[in-house]
Amino acid sequence: MSELTQRTIYEHAEALRKREYSSLELTEAYLNQIDAKDETIGAYITVTADRARERARAFDESGGAAGDISPLSGIPCGIKDNMCTKGIKTTCASKMLGDYIPPYSSHVVEKLEQSGAIILGKLNMDEFAMGSTTENSAFKVCHNPRDTDRVPGGSSGGSAAAVAAGEAVYTLGSDTGGSIRQPAAFCGVVGMKPTYGSVSRYGLIAFASSLDQIGPITSTVLDNALVLNTIVGHDKRDATSVRRTYDDFTADIKKGVKGMKIGIPEQFFGDGISDDVKKAVLGAAEVYRTMGAELVSVSMPSIDYALSAYYVISSAEASSNLARFDGIRYGYRCDEYDNIDELYRKSRSEGFGTEVKKRIMLGTFALSSGYYDAYYKKALQVRSLVRKDFDDVFGKCDFIISPVAPTVAYKIGEKVGDSLQMYMGDAYSVPVNIAGIPALSLPCGTGEGGMPVGMQLIGPAFSESLLYRAGYAFESMGK
Amino acid sequence: MKMIKDYEMVIGLEVHVELKTKTKIFCSCSTAYGAAPNTQTCPVCMGLPGVLPVLNGKVVEYAVKAGLATNCTIAHYSKQDRKNYFYPDLPKAYQISQYDIPLCENGYITIETAEGSKRIGITRIHIEEDAGKLVHDDKHGTMIDCNRCGVPLIEIVSEPDIRSPEEANAYLEKLRAIILYTGISDCKKNEGSFRCDVNLSVRKKGQKEFGTRTEMKNINSFHYVVQAIEYEYRRQVEVIESGVKVVQETRKFDQETGKTYTMRTKENANDYRYFPDPDLPPIELTSEDILKLKSQIGELPDTKKQKFIKDFGLSAYDSDALLSDPDMARYYEEVVRHTTYYKIVANIFITDIMRMSKDEFICPIAPENMAKLATLFGEQVINSSTVKKLLKRMWETDFDPTVVVEKEGLAQINDRELLSAVADEVIKMSEKLINEYRRGKEKAFEALIGSAMAQTMGKANPIVLEEILKSKI
Repeated sequence: MSELTQRTIYEHAEALRKREYSSLELTEAYLNQIDAKDETIGAYITVTADRARERARAFDESGGAAGDISPLSGIPCGIKDNMCTKGIKTTCASKMLGDYIPPYSSHVVEKLEQSGAIILGKLNMDEFAMGSTTENSAFKVCHNPRDTDRVPGGSSGGSAAAVAAGEAVYTLGSDTGGSIRQPAAFCGVVGMKPTYGSVSRYGLIAFASSLDQIGPITSTVLDNALVLNTIVGHDKRDATSVRRTYDDFTADIKKGVKGMKIGIPEQFFGDGISDDVKKAVLGAAEVYRTMGAELVSVSMPSIDYALSAYYVISSAEASSNLARFDGIRYGYRCDEYDNIDELYRKSRSEGFGTEVKKRIMLGTFALSSGYYDAYYKKALQVRSLVRKDFDDVFGKCDFIISPVAPTVAYKIGEKVGDSLQMYMGDAYSVPVNIAGIPALSLPCGTGEGGMPVGMQLIGPAFSESLLYRAGYAFESMGK
Repeated sequence: MKMIKDYEMVIGLEVHVELKTKTKIFCSCSTAYGAAPNTQTCPVCMGLPGVLPVLNGKVVEYAVKAGLATNCTIAHYSKQDRKNYFYPDLPKAYQISQYDIPLCENGYITIETAEGSKRIGITRIHIEEDAGKLVHDDKHGTMIDCNRCGVPLIEIVSEPDIRSPEEANAYLEKLRAIILYTGISDCKKNEGSFRCDVNLSVRKKGQKEFGTRTEMKNINSFHYVVQAIEYEYRRQVEVIESGVKVVQETRKFDQETGKTYTMRTKENANDYRYFPDPDLPPIELTSEDILKLKSQIGELPDTKKQKFIKDFGLSAYDSDALLSDPDMARYYEEVVRHTTYYKIVANIFITDIMRMSKDEFICPIAPENMAKLATLFGEQVINSSTVKKLLKRMWETDFDPTVVVEKEGLAQINDRELLSAVADEVIKMSEKLINEYRRGKEKAFEALIGSAMAQTMGKANPIVLEEILKSKI
């Protein structure tokens, strides 16, 4: 039954309904896959096999999938290790939270479990979601299932790798500057960064509060819409959660793109993009044209500044968000200290990894008195410009098509030590977070070394239905 | 200390008031005081990883009421900011406060001192969260009680308009009264729900520029505020007179010694790296919202004060004293429904009741009985020392003073013939005192009155007695 782990949510839901197999059998299949593959892949930090079996058994005993039940019921999934799970270690892939067991569950985990989801475990990531390769995990490197010498992307590398390797039917990731879309692109799976405020951040261990957003990683567009249907919605515990009702994202998914206008922003195809990625994404645009969409050339002049603004804003917020990890109440505390200042200094120096410390220092500097106006305030101004650029562009087209990253997945260790090169890789993904709008990342061909190329479809706020519809149309052409 | 007269002090006060909302500012934990450590906590106020703050709307309402009651302009748009610093009582390592756009600005209150009335400006009022408490213990070391984490506070910052300890005290009393009338806080000083930071500088009289100021933090009694001001004023004048400059710093006031000590200097001051809290949307208030809150505020002390002056003939100063506590003012109004001796009642309150009821106003005497006591004195049936004696007894067990005066024969002796005989008796026995008095020693006369009083068991009408004695010597 190894092919079982190649199936989609949609297929499993059908099979469970028809009682072709039980949730426990399905769960065992995925646990076996984890056993077989994860030593090589390194997608999981924690596997909660017993708990998963118990919940699967309970699902089967309660009568299994019947009637008006959620399509996620009885289906195994994985959660990025920065979302709190009550009673299950939540580490953020950091030594700082190596043994941390939260006393409450995040909103998204509650939502999934209420829908009958079976959580297999917690997924590897860059420490505190800072990174683009999952090489910054304090525990282990994660490998790309398409080529284990290559990075899976990051920071939700474990989430994308688990789906690509059949170690989970679907996973949740978080995206602050591309952390869902880029690993999805690198691993050849589908990832959605929803509109800021549409999925509650309650229980997501914050990296940059004004940019963080949780979203699904799946093997198909339809699966992605099914998961987002479950986790989206207002939550009164998150003051940035938007009060509105959401349509069923699958309702219009098969309606195609005929008559739609698709924007191609020149700035996303300029210097720095590799030929294979450019070719694949522009090829996808051509496919859309053959399906009856119109391609329009658009310009977003502020995009060149978005990356700098992103690193200032995200680091500034992170420097404050991560200040609570001080060795006092929970988490890592150094062994020896003579006074409170030393306790703080040593605990934080020893508990955080290099990249995290780098960003804390950068953010602390950006907020310091005398520098605030030059950095943080300036970055907020750029943020307004980027939003305006997107607003203007969406006056001319329904959505934008662009690459997710300038290259396909590169070799593990290839860019370690070259932060600037690494940060440049986020240039196409961060404007979306800066503007708070949704973007869907999906495979659009292969590039260098036969590695998958990802494209992203970017739409105005709350246009997820439209993006899924466009994504589904493209995906269907390939089949 | 001749030169101290050449200087004036410039004082600005920052007052932290704990609001009496049922729940905390960003979560639904109780704010009740005195619970066992860490029993009123949740992941949000403990600052656990992943939690988010959600602003309690009541906190905004209460702060706006404070602003309206102190004549402030209320912001239609304000925001909350993070003040970043490390301390074990601050679980998130930042305090959510307001930095550059506070909820209320540009207000004032009017104070009364012996010098008359004066307006003290209110620079701003903003909302913020309280920190926890560190408990030091020989056995366990330092422990953290997070019950107070997230209890809502308003910080009320005054303009540097205060020029004396008396004004500082009057400002604090008046501010406390206003807050009490709005019903947004209990202002219990012993529970730390009304705490004061003092900013003080000195300058030569007539000088326009301010001197260098020092800040004294967290003084929770008005009495200590006065002491701290007096000490710090002298210290700064001495520093300047000795040719040294005052250092801008935070100082600690020690209640034991009445002195202030350096805590940290400006060089060691924290850079709080304020920035807008990305977890919290801006606070937006419409004119209708503000008007609605305004209509919910009852009568404020200054409105009542006009009534006290007009209807009861009280001085502004006495009115402020009576109005310093809404319970006391209510009780006063109840008493004067039963007597027309308004001023006598006010004096009894200010000289005796306020002292007897200590921190918070309590009076176990029925208003009718209190009114009778004032009437007895007003109609010269009893003298002031009997008033005091009766008051003490009534405080223990309440009774009708008219009945007791009658039964125990406590009425004062107004009979001139009888008092004249008493005076003769005293004069005969006190040759030495009379000689001293004639040589100009006033004290001697007081002693004469004293022994005449003793002869009448304290019941003589002191005014009549004095008049007779003086005429005979």
